[in-house]
Amino acid sequence: MYSQGLIGADGTTEETEEFLAAFQARIDREEKIEPNDPMPEGYRKTLIRQIGQHAHSEIVGMLPEGNWITRAPSLRRKAALLAKVQDEGGHGLYLYSAAETLGVSREQMTEELLSGKAKYSSIFNYPTPTWADMGTIGWLVDGAAIMNQIPLCRCSYGPYARAMIRVCKEESFHQRQGYELLISLCNGTKEQKDMAQDSINRWWWPSLMMFGPHDADSSHSEQSMKWKIKRFSNDELRQKFIDATVPQAEYLGLTVPDPDLKWNPEKNNGKGGYDHGEINWVEFWQVVKGHGQMNRDRIKARKKAWNDGEWVRDAALAHAEKRAARQTAQAAE
Amino acid sequence: MSVALFNALLELGDDHLILGHRVSEWCGHAPLLEEDLAMPNMALDNIGASRNIYTYAGEVEGKGRDEDQLAYLRLDREYKNCLLVERPNEDFAHTMLKQLYFSAFMEPYWQAALSSSDETIRGIAGKAVKEMAYHIRHAGEWVIRLGDGTEESAKRMKEAVEELTPYVEELFVMSADAQECADDGILPDREALRAQWNQTVANIFDQALLELPEVKYPQLGGRTGHHGEEMGFLLAELQYVQRAYPGMSW
Amino acid sequence: MLRSPMLKNGLRVKPHKLQNREEKMSKETPLWEVFIRPRNGLSHKHCGSLHAADEVMALQAARDTYTRRGEGLSIWVVPSKSIFASDPDQAAENFEPGVDKVYRHPTFYDIPEEVGHM
Repeated sequence: MYSQGLIGADGTTEETEEFLAAFQARIDREEKIEPNDPMPEGYRKTLIRQIGQHAHSEIVGMLPEGNWITRAPSLRRKAALLAKVQDEGGHGLYLYSAAETLGVSREQMTEELLSGKAKYSSIFNYPTPTWADMGTIGWLVDGAAIMNQIPLCRCSYGPYARAMIRVCKEESFHQRQGYELLISLCNGTKEQKDMAQDSINRWWWPSLMMFGPHDADSSHSEQSMKWKIKRFSNDELRQKFIDATVPQAEYLGLTVPDPDLKWNPEKNNGKGGYDHGEINWVEFWQVVKGHGQMNRDRIKARKKAWNDGEWVRDAALAHAEKRAARQTAQAAE
Repeated sequence: MSVALFNALLELGDDHLILGHRVSEWCGHAPLLEEDLAMPNMALDNIGASRNIYTYAGEVEGKGRDEDQLAYLRLDREYKNCLLVERPNEDFAHTMLKQLYFSAFMEPYWQAALSSSDETIRGIAGKAVKEMAYHIRHAGEWVIRLGDGTEESAKRMKEAVEELTPYVEELFVMSADAQECADDGILPDREALRAQWNQTVANIFDQALLELPEVKYPQLGGRTGHHGEEMGFLLAELQYVQRAYPGMSW
Repeated sequence: MLRSPMLKNGLRVKPHKLQNREEKMSKETPLWEVFIRPRNGLSHKHCGSLHAADEVMALQAARDTYTRRGEGLSIWVVPSKSIFASDPDQAAENFEPGVDKVYRHPTFYDIPEEVGHM
């Protein structure tokens, strides 16, 4: 469920002017592009990269929350968390499938994740030391992801758009379960409320970073917008998220850790919105480049699962071959 | 209240909770993505059944204890699960075999419980029996593939069979409480399910090229609270928040 | 979802790869397309894809992946490699001739109103 502003997509393409113009005309008519359709190489590469990053984010995203499944403090919360983390695995699966329509295999994408070549959302490189983080991730991280993802349901590439429709439908419970969890903490003891505030203090800024760099610094955004892979700019979505989230924090009686946050009635063409403080981009790039607190642990955990699982996958394939051989032999008799 | 029924329900509830806990440990670490969806489904079934059972146990006890108080707030000696379910996951072969052994017992158990004299038990059984039938199929298909897959998978599968089979006997053992409930027609006679268990497992082992070893020295003790060392760590994780922040609601 | 067979002039060509990794190809778990009947009375509808070594595991994975919220009553799985797609380069010759045959549609024919519904 976690998409991030695309990092480092190379949209360069070498087709003829006529081909590109005809393709752009299809996009402009809001026609969906399907797997077999002719498409510019840059379009294909951008999609493989973006859908791959999105899928990896879902898979890596299972880890910080999976961390709390065995420690969830009630059976109801345990079941909800387990179902949510499972959903993320499912979303990764749908997205890998969408990318596979572009001619890249899940195994290849997995190896690119494990080698560090492919990126995933930087948010998952932060640790989840407390139970409150399960609430905050649902509320802020899933909330930010939903802002990103709803427009993706209208993405020009059919399989990606269809996967996203499914993801968005299933995901509607994720943010609510997170927020409800925080309500329980905020209605509880001082220790519980402090736990919630501490968690928001840690997750607020990384959640804002999920929308990616400022538009001015996001070199590949423009082409993605033109191809309707992306519908809103990073900054537009970030602003929408802040405007939607701050009142929800107030309802909980919690503060957002931004001393510069201020209501500005002029913003959003006079509808009003929040001005906010500057994001720490040094930290953002540090985490994106692999030097966040949990980057190494996350990749290590994925490598371990993949390597430890190899004998299982091999056994299933070996058995399938034997079965097929037996079926052929039986048919021949 | 019926002390016997309360205790017998704890045996059942603890079996499901602890097994569900173990399989939930895999979430996010499965050998292939499709299993990262399948295993949480099994965990959710097991944990879901434990919730229904604990809730009923709390009603039977009549002291106002709810599912969470029963699941989280007992001491290690008070957990009555059989030793099989608390065994560590080890590898995928152990995990699937444990799941098969348990569901091959619980499916006929719930089937028999459908004719319980107790309406709530019948209700719990009606839902659980279908879940267990699917667990037999899913875990069973994996046991077949690993048993008759590669050299390595066959070796691992055989090791799992060696290690886990001695824990099976405890599934059939009737505690005094379970016996009393069986005599009253509330819960099934565990001993009577042996033939069905054997048949289910033999059918799968036949295809998996595995043999069920003869067990001379069964491992028993869980029903009387004599757990293994790993159980303490499992409970430390399970109970951590409830113990660190007592009396709060989550 | 269906992996692109990359049809060129009606011939199946090798799918585009990010890099040349032929040596690993044999280790890939096959891809399957999943079709689900939401309820009796409706046809099976394509809903996605997954990886599995054989058809039994594919059916179980489809159940565990695509019917967690009561989405269906029956599942089909088909190996993705068994699906052949029409060539988009032939889309015009395939489908446009069907567009202008207005006489195939009931509204093409005038029936006097007094005859009633037909």
